[in-house]
Amino acid sequence: MAGMTVLHTPDTLAEIREEFLELEEHERLQLLLEFSRELPPVPDDYAANPDQYERVAECQSPVFIAAEVADDRTVVLHATAPEEAPTTRGFASILVQGINGLSAEEVLAIPSDYPQSLGITRAVSPLRIAGMTGMLVRTQRQVRALTAV
Amino acid sequence: MTVEFDTSSEKFTEYAEPSRLVTPDWLQEHLGEPGLVVVESDEDVLLYETGHIPGAVKVDWHTELNDEVVRDYLDGEGFAKLLSRKGISRDDTIVIYGDKNNWWAAYALWVFSLFGHEDVRLLDGGRDLWIAQGREITTEVPQRAQTEYPIVERDDSGLRAFREDVLVHLGKPLIDVRSPEEYTGERTHMPEYPQESSLRGGHIPTAKSVPWKRAVADDGTFKPRAELDAIYRDEIGLNEGDEVIAYCRIGERSSHTWFVLQHLLGFQDVRNYDGSWTEWGSSVRVPIVAGAEPGDVPAAR
Repeated sequence: MAGMTVLHTPDTLAEIREEFLELEEHERLQLLLEFSRELPPVPDDYAANPDQYERVAECQSPVFIAAEVADDRTVVLHATAPEEAPTTRGFASILVQGINGLSAEEVLAIPSDYPQSLGITRAVSPLRIAGMTGMLVRTQRQVRALTAV
Repeated sequence: MTVEFDTSSEKFTEYAEPSRLVTPDWLQEHLGEPGLVVVESDEDVLLYETGHIPGAVKVDWHTELNDEVVRDYLDGEGFAKLLSRKGISRDDTIVIYGDKNNWWAAYALWVFSLFGHEDVRLLDGGRDLWIAQGREITTEVPQRAQTEYPIVERDDSGLRAFREDVLVHLGKPLIDVRSPEEYTGERTHMPEYPQESSLRGGHIPTAKSVPWKRAVADDGTFKPRAELDAIYRDEIGLNEGDEVIAYCRIGERSSHTWFVLQHLLGFQDVRNYDGSWTEWGSSVRVPIVAGAEPGDVPAAR
């Protein structure tokens, strides 16, 4: 149950945060842009069946996410967002890179204020960062549903 | 120094102020001309970085045009600093363009107008048409020399309406440019956009619903004069000399409609209520109408 989860930022996401915080504020946007370019394309069967995705309503641009949990409880996150929404793609890419390969328990333990800790809230605006929080919370909700007994 | 106007478009000559728009062809020919500054203003804060019109500078509506603490725009000093940093002079011709049918570009143009920057124009069709036509874009950020933009105090009186202004305006033309679902009160935010915390749904009594995008043709350019007149004059009954207030959710979409009414159709007294629904829909005891009908002017209470 969620209430029993002890919050903990996994090493993967902590390292990404370090990358951001090491930079001057204006350079952090460039790093976010680099992340946006690294968002992997979704697997063919997802591309062919977009209804497997959940729309992230908190984001201004159309972004869709789908989490999978393997038998060994490893999580894989797929995300797609349009090329003309690089900020949203950057957010999705950070989460995909930071979450893939974690256990379901580790994903559920990610603090929901992780996006605010990247030091880009002022540079991208609080409203925009809320979109990333929406993505994270929805990912956790999917993982919770997939692992519910 | 003002860069010559774009007189190449027959469509523009029908508008009240043809000089407020430029075509992509015109812009391409004039890029790099002294006295011309091209500004990109997008919804996405990183879109400019993925590629922009050569020489264009970026102005972000969220992080650069707003005061960081108070819900308000920059003051005269802040605006002077911003434009100086961008390398823009008071007498420069500014052409603004952006994503989403120039929605944010029109917003930037409106804010620039509050400071009385005289020659500020929009690129008809915006960013998408430029790219769709296969024109050049670059990721190279121009290094414009810093300028000394003068401190000019913002003048909200002519172009901007506050909540108190709207309350005494009731009975005069009011345009709600949000989506039909927001107008009726089914939603308090844009379809597919984040909830932006307004506590009540509906519209300001008597406001007519004309979603902003109705002014835009399929290719992202502004519709010709006759089609705009059919919407704003014939359909909702605006007349010469009317005082008009437009609003949306935070004043961005209604800047687009403001541009159409003020500069393309020539209404002389058009104000944008930037507090819009995020203010009105959370205010105590202001009148609200839910449903598809505009509703009546409420009796004084």
